[in-house]
Amino acid sequence: MDILQLLVSGIANGCIYGLLALGFVLIYKASEAVNFAQGDMLMLGAFLGIAFINTGNADLPFLIGLTLSALVMGIFGYLLDRFVLRGIFGQPQFAMVILTIALGFLIRFAAGAIWGHDPVSLQTPFAGRTLELGSLIVPVVDAVIILATVALTTTLYFFFAHTRLGVAMQASSQNQMAAYYMGIPVKRVNSIVWALSGVVAAIAGVLFAAKGAVEPSVGLLFGIKAFAAAVIGGLGSLPGALAGGLLVGIVEPFAARYLPAGSSQIAPYVLMLLVLILRPGGLFAQISQKKV
Amino acid sequence: MRVRFKSSYDDDINLFEDRWHLLQFGLLLAAAVVAPWLLGSYYLGELTSVLIWALAGLGLMLITGHTGQVSLGHAAFMAIGAFTNLALMLRGWNFFPALIASALVSGVIGAIIARPILRMSGIYLAIATLALSIIIEDVAIMAAPITGGVSGLFAPTIELFGVQADRYGDPAMFYYLCLALLVLVTLAYLNLLRSPTGRSFLAVRDSEVSARALGVNVARAKTLAFSLSCAITGLAGAMYAHLVQAVNYESFLVLISITLLLQVVIGGLGSIHGAFFGAIVVVMLPQLIAITRDLLNNSFGISMASYPGMDTAVFALIILLMVIYEPRGIYGIWIKVRTWLELFPLYRKGMFRRSRTYLKTERMR
Repeated sequence: MDILQLLVSGIANGCIYGLLALGFVLIYKASEAVNFAQGDMLMLGAFLGIAFINTGNADLPFLIGLTLSALVMGIFGYLLDRFVLRGIFGQPQFAMVILTIALGFLIRFAAGAIWGHDPVSLQTPFAGRTLELGSLIVPVVDAVIILATVALTTTLYFFFAHTRLGVAMQASSQNQMAAYYMGIPVKRVNSIVWALSGVVAAIAGVLFAAKGAVEPSVGLLFGIKAFAAAVIGGLGSLPGALAGGLLVGIVEPFAARYLPAGSSQIAPYVLMLLVLILRPGGLFAQISQKKV
Repeated sequence: MRVRFKSSYDDDINLFEDRWHLLQFGLLLAAAVVAPWLLGSYYLGELTSVLIWALAGLGLMLITGHTGQVSLGHAAFMAIGAFTNLALMLRGWNFFPALIASALVSGVIGAIIARPILRMSGIYLAIATLALSIIIEDVAIMAAPITGGVSGLFAPTIELFGVQADRYGDPAMFYYLCLALLVLVTLAYLNLLRSPTGRSFLAVRDSEVSARALGVNVARAKTLAFSLSCAITGLAGAMYAHLVQAVNYESFLVLISITLLLQVVIGGLGSIHGAFFGAIVVVMLPQLIAITRDLLNNSFGISMASYPGMDTAVFALIILLMVIYEPRGIYGIWIKVRTWLELFPLYRKGMFRRSRTYLKTERMR
């Protein structure tokens, strides 16, 4: 029973990692870039959610606050790509890595200057309530997180596989020039992807804030961990991101419980290194090597 | 405008292009040698810090700037170098053997790690090294017999041939020690770059496929570059430990790795100058911001103290502008200014225009 309880809390944590990993994968799938500021975008989304929902702030209902936060982050993502990232359009991946790391620092600084450095948490209608399934006790927050994650992943999966825009996104990541020739507005598609990943980050952020406290520096390490999740799944695969997130989320509490102290911190990264060494490209790999 | 007339093949690979070039670097070295007489002890400490970060930057430059493999985890190797050096010295080793040992240990560990890690490319490599840097923080706590656990280690006094060369005992001697080490490593680096091995690193950076076609053993070149890079960074870590006098698991956080990478990018990837320029920026920027802050506070009454983390934000902003407008970093600006001066009335605007590039997937290579 104990194991099952650990498993549930692991899955709920893993879903948030998975959601954040989805943001990484979205951008990677569509522009072959990695956004190291994703964790900081989550933090920003969480703070926006708190600003909209908490009593004493705007005091809006939960769902409206969530939508508003997602909307603002979407616009933020779009403008970020339009006015900052387009400056290095077509440059090697590496430039994007450096640029997003710098952006992360700036977002963290801005959030700290606006909201201060004390941890705050979100007030939700389902705080403290639990569901009892037999002898298993599931907090409602965890159930909401799991449901939201599954719904979002499915939607995004079908979006990429079956809509014109989704396919255009995949095309522009595989070969920008060829995509141009096919009449895809590559730059605008990029901006839309960033908007989408902003929305996902906001949803993940609000759910994260519903579960625990946020402060401006939470983004960095959380982002890196989610990043590990995305890599375990194989960057570029949406179900992979979710699977990776779940793996990381489940490994952590079990390592904390059954392995020597300190190992729960490094367990996700060791797992990632193992996956990368044994299966470079992740569990759902999409890399194929060209022979010379 | 100077015209160089090359009369032998050696002219292409000489360390110094001509007498004038040699004179410039001679003057720079002379200035560095007389610096302890000109600077106060505070600024001498800062200058020593610049030298050590430049050394660490050189290490990262070798793998990232010259072999094209992005590493986000070099603080891990600084940690390995620092702990090896201190642990050996505390067990009674002399400074120099311990320093060489720390370079060797970091280099060997680097080589062992490099083989599996370097099978990945591009972004995956950056992530794997990032993970390494996070793991080392916890390993530093768990390996308590060597690293002193949570409380860490304190640096013992450096004795060189009966002379004390300690940070606080004799800052000038410590400065000379760092300077000598840096000059030696830089010369070795320059020599490496003009040897076939160094050329193979550059070939791997520019195109792995072409390098393989030309007979370069890509895996070997990458492993060697990574190992050498780790060894240099290990040296820097050992010197850093003596600079700050006490190290524990918190001295080499993942942020240091990131800062180190940003340092070489801001300085200019693919140039030895870049490592030095970057180190100057990283060390001097907080000073500059503190001075500006005081100035604003005293003359205009604008208080900036309520915004902690200001220096990181300014640093990030510089990086942002640099990546967008001048991807070759400070070295790129330096080259432009120099060319403008050399060609004085003849400089044309489009000389350094970047060619348009289009991204292609890395997933199907």
